[in-house]
Amino acid sequence: MMYSEKVMDHFMNPRNVGEIENADGIGEVGNAKCGDIMKIYLKVEDDIIKDVKFKTFGCGSAIATSSMATEMVIGKSLQEALTLTNKAVAEALDGLPPVKMHCSVLAEQAIKSAIIDYAEKHNVHVDGLEDVEIDDDHDHHHDIEEEE
Amino acid sequence: MEKRRVYMDYAATTPMKKEVLDAMLPYYNDLFGNASSVHAFGREVKGCLDEARDQVAKLINAQSSEIYFTGGGSEADNWAIKGVAFANKEKGNHIITTKIEHHAVLHTCEYLEKHHGFEITYLDVDSEGRIDLEELKNSITDKTILISVMFANNEIGTVEPIKEIGQIAKERGVLFHTDGVQAIGNVHIDVKDLGVDLMAMSAHKIYGPKGVGALYIRKGVKLHSIVHGGAQEKRRRAGTENMAGIVGFGKAAEIARVNLNENIKRLTELKERLINGVLEKIPYTRVNGSLDHRLPGNTSFCFEFIEGESLLLSLDMMGIAGSSGSACTSGSLDPSHVLMAIGLKHEIAHGSLRLSLGYKNTEEDVDYVLEALPKIVDRLRQMSPLYEKVAKGGNE
Repeated sequence: MMYSEKVMDHFMNPRNVGEIENADGIGEVGNAKCGDIMKIYLKVEDDIIKDVKFKTFGCGSAIATSSMATEMVIGKSLQEALTLTNKAVAEALDGLPPVKMHCSVLAEQAIKSAIIDYAEKHNVHVDGLEDVEIDDDHDHHHDIEEEE
Repeated sequence: MEKRRVYMDYAATTPMKKEVLDAMLPYYNDLFGNASSVHAFGREVKGCLDEARDQVAKLINAQSSEIYFTGGGSEADNWAIKGVAFANKEKGNHIITTKIEHHAVLHTCEYLEKHHGFEITYLDVDSEGRIDLEELKNSITDKTILISVMFANNEIGTVEPIKEIGQIAKERGVLFHTDGVQAIGNVHIDVKDLGVDLMAMSAHKIYGPKGVGALYIRKGVKLHSIVHGGAQEKRRRAGTENMAGIVGFGKAAEIARVNLNENIKRLTELKERLINGVLEKIPYTRVNGSLDHRLPGNTSFCFEFIEGESLLLSLDMMGIAGSSGSACTSGSLDPSHVLMAIGLKHEIAHGSLRLSLGYKNTEEDVDYVLEALPKIVDRLRQMSPLYEKVAKGGNE
């Protein structure tokens, strides 16, 4: 399996690792059984993501996609962040091996899940949120493998 | 710390020893003849087949005539199992194996089950990876034609009770095949004393070339061929002999035999240094497989809260080569079937690391790993949401 230099860079030097105390929104997706858990912490001001941190249990690409996804949403409005797709994350990393595409799905879902948490906690409306579905059965491996 | 290059994946494959390569080289060029040819070019290479057969036989106390060269360990396993199955169809259709076999055995059994009407019993193993002899005895029926239990496990290094299995097989009149690929050159093997009827071997795990293996077939054991064609290997395995490979295997087997005691002593010491160091330096760690019945050079760990592939990549960045039974290294959903069979929970099994030692490893290598590994595990744990609770002082 070959990872791009960007994947290795984000794996070895992940951006935005950690926690945010009193985060405005927290999203956690995946489960330990599958070997991937991503947890995203958001700090939001005036609908703008001011800070984002992550913690990930998973393989190299799980860590790299978490890192890249946080970089891609920081400074964005919640509405913009909701449009982040797993493909965009994978492309920003110069691609992922096919069997690892599920990691990018997880990263996309972790961000969305944190925004949902924020909207619920603060009782605010975010355009586009009504269309978001988080895959709760954690079958992301299967979904992706069937798509290939 | 100064970066080193440390190979600790000898269970995957080994570098060839120089003497092995030197012995092989003439057979690619000067001595290129086909052993089946009548002319001088053919005749001059024929003798080396017997010598190599003899060298491999001596490593396991077999007779030279009981060694048949194959295209590798997987082919040897396939031949033993399919060969016995097809030759004994009238007698029965039941085969007993274990849940922790190499895929060369497991997939062969599954194939026979799916396409040829055989019934397979997959024995459980205990938490150390050893089979229960009572369960084995109770599994044997009057339809049982073969027991196939690996000599030593490739992932967790557990050595199975081969002599006891051999006795049970003999008492019940069932043939006994063992996949000896990980064991030869690493433990004392006497097929006569152990009561083994068939044993698969591979050259590239003992500093020989890839693409050559052998099957030990005890004299008198009947099995069908699976590679049909010419009259090579006493008409039992066709195909022009891989002369250089066979010569290399023979040489590697001879070196392994001569060095066996020293090899066992040295690797056992290095292994203990590594296991003790890891357990001392890294909390929330377990050793997989039996400590008492274990290959000299095998270490297998699970580190809680982290995943094996990210561990392997990090080690690789430090120049250290190991392997993992993590699902993410295979692209499948489940971690290794071996780690599952010894009863590990998924989340623990995902964080596995096998470091298998070999002849080039030194104490300095081990100490380097003991310096690098704790930092890597800690870095990944600091990133892990599973570790948060523990780090914050909560109980597991």
